[in-house]
Amino acid sequence: MAKKEKRTAPAGKPMGPGPKGRGGFGKPQNVKGTFRRIFKYLNGYWGQIALVFICIIINAFSSIAGTYFLMPLINEIFESASPDMKKFASTLLLMAVIYAISIVANYLYARLGVNITAGMLHNVRTDLFIKMQKLPIKFFDTHAHGDLMSRFTNDTDAMRQMISQSIPQLFSSLLTVVGVFAMMIYLSPILTLIVIAMLVVMMLFIKTIGGKSAKNFMRQQAEVGRVNGYIEEMITGQKVVKVFNHEQDTIDGFNEINDSWFEANYKANALANVLFPILNNLSHINYAITATVGALLSISGVVDLGTLVSFLTYTRNFSNPIGQISQQINFILMALAGAERIFSVIDETPETDEGYVTLVNAEYNLNGELVESEKRTDIWAWKHPHADGTTTYTLLKGDVVLDDVTFGYEEDHIVLHDVSLYANPGQKIAFVGSTGAGKTTITNLLNRFYDVEDGKIRYDGININKIKKADLRRSLAMVLQDTHLFTGTVMENIRYGRLDATDEEVKAAAKIANAEFFIEHLPQGYDTVITGDGANLSQGQRQLLAIARAAVADPPVLILDEATSSIDTRTEALIEKGMDTLMSGRTVFVIAHRLSTVRNSDAIMVLEHGVIIERGNHEQLLEQRGKYYQLYTGMFELD
Amino acid sequence: MIKKLAKSIRGYWGATVATPLVMIGEVAMETTIPLVIAAIIDDGIKKGSIDTVWKYGILMVAMAIVSLIFGALGGWSASYASAGFAKNLRGRLFNKVQDFSFANIDRFSTPSLITRLTTDVNNVSQTFQMMIRMMIRSPMMFVIATIMAVNVNAKLATVFLIAIPLLVIGLLVIIKFAFPMFNKMLKKYDDMNASVQENLTAIRVVKAFVHEDHEIDKFVKTSEGVRKAMVKAEKIVAFNGPLMMLAINSCMIAILWFGGVQITEGIMTTGELVSFITYIMQILMSLMMLSMIVVMFSFARASATRICEVIDEQLDIADGTSDAVPQDGSIVFDDVCFSYAKKADNLTIEHLSCTIQSGETVGIIGGTGSAKTTFVQLIPRLYDVLSGSVTVGGHDVREYRIKTLRDNVAMVLQNNVLFSGTIRDNLRWGDKEATDKEIEAACRAAQAHDFITSFPDGYDTILGQGGVNVSGGQKQRLCIARALLKKPKIIILDDSTSAVDTATDANIREAFRRELTDTTTLIIAQRISSVSDADKIIVLDDGKINAIGTHEELLANNEIYREVYMSQQKGVE
Repeated sequence: MAKKEKRTAPAGKPMGPGPKGRGGFGKPQNVKGTFRRIFKYLNGYWGQIALVFICIIINAFSSIAGTYFLMPLINEIFESASPDMKKFASTLLLMAVIYAISIVANYLYARLGVNITAGMLHNVRTDLFIKMQKLPIKFFDTHAHGDLMSRFTNDTDAMRQMISQSIPQLFSSLLTVVGVFAMMIYLSPILTLIVIAMLVVMMLFIKTIGGKSAKNFMRQQAEVGRVNGYIEEMITGQKVVKVFNHEQDTIDGFNEINDSWFEANYKANALANVLFPILNNLSHINYAITATVGALLSISGVVDLGTLVSFLTYTRNFSNPIGQISQQINFILMALAGAERIFSVIDETPETDEGYVTLVNAEYNLNGELVESEKRTDIWAWKHPHADGTTTYTLLKGDVVLDDVTFGYEEDHIVLHDVSLYANPGQKIAFVGSTGAGKTTITNLLNRFYDVEDGKIRYDGININKIKKADLRRSLAMVLQDTHLFTGTVMENIRYGRLDATDEEVKAAAKIANAEFFIEHLPQGYDTVITGDGANLSQGQRQLLAIARAAVADPPVLILDEATSSIDTRTEALIEKGMDTLMSGRTVFVIAHRLSTVRNSDAIMVLEHGVIIERGNHEQLLEQRGKYYQLYTGMFELD
Repeated sequence: MIKKLAKSIRGYWGATVATPLVMIGEVAMETTIPLVIAAIIDDGIKKGSIDTVWKYGILMVAMAIVSLIFGALGGWSASYASAGFAKNLRGRLFNKVQDFSFANIDRFSTPSLITRLTTDVNNVSQTFQMMIRMMIRSPMMFVIATIMAVNVNAKLATVFLIAIPLLVIGLLVIIKFAFPMFNKMLKKYDDMNASVQENLTAIRVVKAFVHEDHEIDKFVKTSEGVRKAMVKAEKIVAFNGPLMMLAINSCMIAILWFGGVQITEGIMTTGELVSFITYIMQILMSLMMLSMIVVMFSFARASATRICEVIDEQLDIADGTSDAVPQDGSIVFDDVCFSYAKKADNLTIEHLSCTIQSGETVGIIGGTGSAKTTFVQLIPRLYDVLSGSVTVGGHDVREYRIKTLRDNVAMVLQNNVLFSGTIRDNLRWGDKEATDKEIEAACRAAQAHDFITSFPDGYDTILGQGGVNVSGGQKQRLCIARALLKKPKIIILDDSTSAVDTATDANIREAFRRELTDTTTLIIAQRISSVSDADKIIVLDDGKINAIGTHEELLANNEIYREVYMSQQKGVE
């Protein structure tokens, strides 16, 4: 009863930006396997699930009992000449008890269903998120964000629909169909033949209409993805649209997609909506036919009258569960396709880490040897277990060597060719070169966002492939080209550099980055909440926060990738002292377009097309009169 | 609110009205078919009259066919109407957003606008479909079935008088408690989605700081919050089903008992009791449908409110009425004050006046937060001044039609965006009819031609959303080329070459000087070298003009400028 709204609520209920990937919606590839995996997420709920199924069975039984068993019983009582009121009252009481049980069962079923569904969704989402955190950067390069988002929203929502509604509904419908059918065969095999014939007709309708509808639902899902994708892209670029007076074209483009969504949506829903009245009325027709044939049979004495009347009662309620079954199977298939999309992310190969060298706190013992320490010392060491069972400790200094490194993001497209360089602890190394020369790529290799194809990178003499990624990255702080802030206070955002930093340490770091001034002018100072990736801060201010973040991290190696590109040079000059403090005693890699930023480096590498073409300090490079000289003087040739 | 939303039915009124009407036909059949069924049994089968069975059987088939046609029509038209409604509503919102000014866009944040156009529209249109299908059907069913039931036995019908109010009260209580819970849950959902989004964009930061576990902990907490909120909200709704069953079942038992008593007293027949129960079921079913609509409606209300907020948003900038076209590229700021908050005590730009001649190249220099971007955004009227005026080409910017103004003022934004499509498609944003030659010329000027042709597909290279497959510097150059194709009278570069190396930057400016002699050029830059050859340079400081002059003049007289210059020169001499 009251299941009508479910027909109009297919899983296409986007809760966020839609998917970009088109071919993503299709039939599920592996129904059995996917089910098995979904079931794994139900672990811990199996007791409750068993209860739910028992409740469904009780419910189905009591509704059959209520309608089909007791009614004839009552009829019988009143058909007799002197109705036995006592028997009547006790029958009613029995009925009331059955009803009460079914009400309790119904509540339990709904209540437990909530637990199970919410719990499963939480498990799936957490698993997906954990997996997401473990994927290599490359994965994010090749997958649209909207597409990944839709797995958290659209696809989990389809799963919710399936677990909370479709499967219980399917189960109870099946139960009803089987029960009713068994009763029919028991009552009259001959009349059942008519019902079977009608059933074949119904199946034909379900197959043609339902099949078409399913196809259209899949198409509709794809169209929803297109519409949402378009909306996302255009609204994200809304300011550009305005500046270019492109509103009308954008609207035209939108209308086209919106129209084709309309077409798919209405067809999918219309077919589903039409199927129910058809099945319902086919069962009416079936009733008329069965009644006529039954009457003929009863007159010829093949079937007795009572049986016929009972049989007819069953015939009436045969169509609804059949319609439900076909509909719910559609939804389940759709949800499975969504689940497969989720699992395909979970199945991605995670970032591998075969590193075994770890970073530990260390101290010198009385013999002057470096040993591991339980305490937090300010000395760090690489703990290097060897195959022979011994462990050596190497002091973390920040000595970095690149040895003939070759790398490409795609196999046939090499970005770095045989790059070799070394940085002694405490040195400042700068990379200069035009866009696309491979500067950022080098830093991406240092912290192993990507792995080198050929050649070696050594860190304090250890091949970085041997170092555990987490420890490697902890020893490097990066200020990236694109600054990203997280929802939270300014304080929390700076503390992101090192989670156990005290408020004082955070403030000291802000001072180094010269961010103190603007932070104190924010409405709530350090407690001002940043939302939407810091949309309310200027680019320059965001970069200052990112620098403060690196300052808090206090690592031996610092990588600054265009860290000050949006900060005006005057402010940059102001933070220079702070930056000097920050850089002193550390190995620093700097990437900057602004040559003023790199001038005082110990060594400057000029990159072109992935090859180091010049190297040396500022003076040496100027003397060479090469590319660096051109770049540097190019700054003034217009004077 | 309903009236406002109903406007989007436009074009689908036929189907919208037809749906409930057709449903009337279906209801009529549905309520009379039980009579025919009773007749088949009582008058036909029980009396052994084959003729009667035939007669009613054929009648029933005919009625079933009629009901089938009505039902199918209704189902079809309901989905047609609701899909059309959703299409219109979404289109209307999209159109509205296109009319938004920058201030309007800032007020709603991009993700919230996206959710309103997608999820919220979907929720509302689903409720709409439900409504048109059930709005007439359920009350009709209720009325007809009540008439029939009273007709059968008025005294027994009093049972409803007790059951129905109880049911209504129960429902209202559920809604009252569940609604705020659902709102809370939706908010938690929003938070969770925001956190996923954030992690996707900032994944490099997360990994660089090895904070994966920290982020996972945070997420698990958020997700757990969603789980708890969901259980809390749905827990209340879980009472809905049992409440309905309680009402139906107790009615059933009461009627059976009182009906039974009446039968023994000879007031009622068994057949009457059976049909009375059928009607009672229909009445309660229709009530349940109605209650479900109410529940759905109250949950869709949150979405409807959010949609209406967009529809009702007062456009910040009214289009000008004059057909005037800017005479030239001159710009005059006259005592301009501006505030993002529109408050005089929170000014971003304070009493700023200046004049820029047509064809001049003007550099703008200033510290972080000195309002450089704000200053230039007033020229194409991306925001309106609070007081004072901005004149472009001889007219106040508020007089022009916005389209005319912006066609003549091209701007390369600091946060620029490329769209999915080929490079050529993106460039054509500047000028739809641009020939390949013009496109190439613009790209040469923006120093983009060489790298474009180095791609295997050249100008037909497909860009991902946001231009993910070109580097930062390449993106900036494409954006400049796109702006150049507009052939504007004024072109504004807002720190548009920050990721471009100095030599290329110089080449771009050289090309500008060569080719854009009549175009007023405004350049915001961090690098002195980017502006030192400008006709004049404006030094901004804290929303005010600190100085205007040429490179030499400023170097001689302006302290800020000198400081900036020195900071970039150190070590050269």
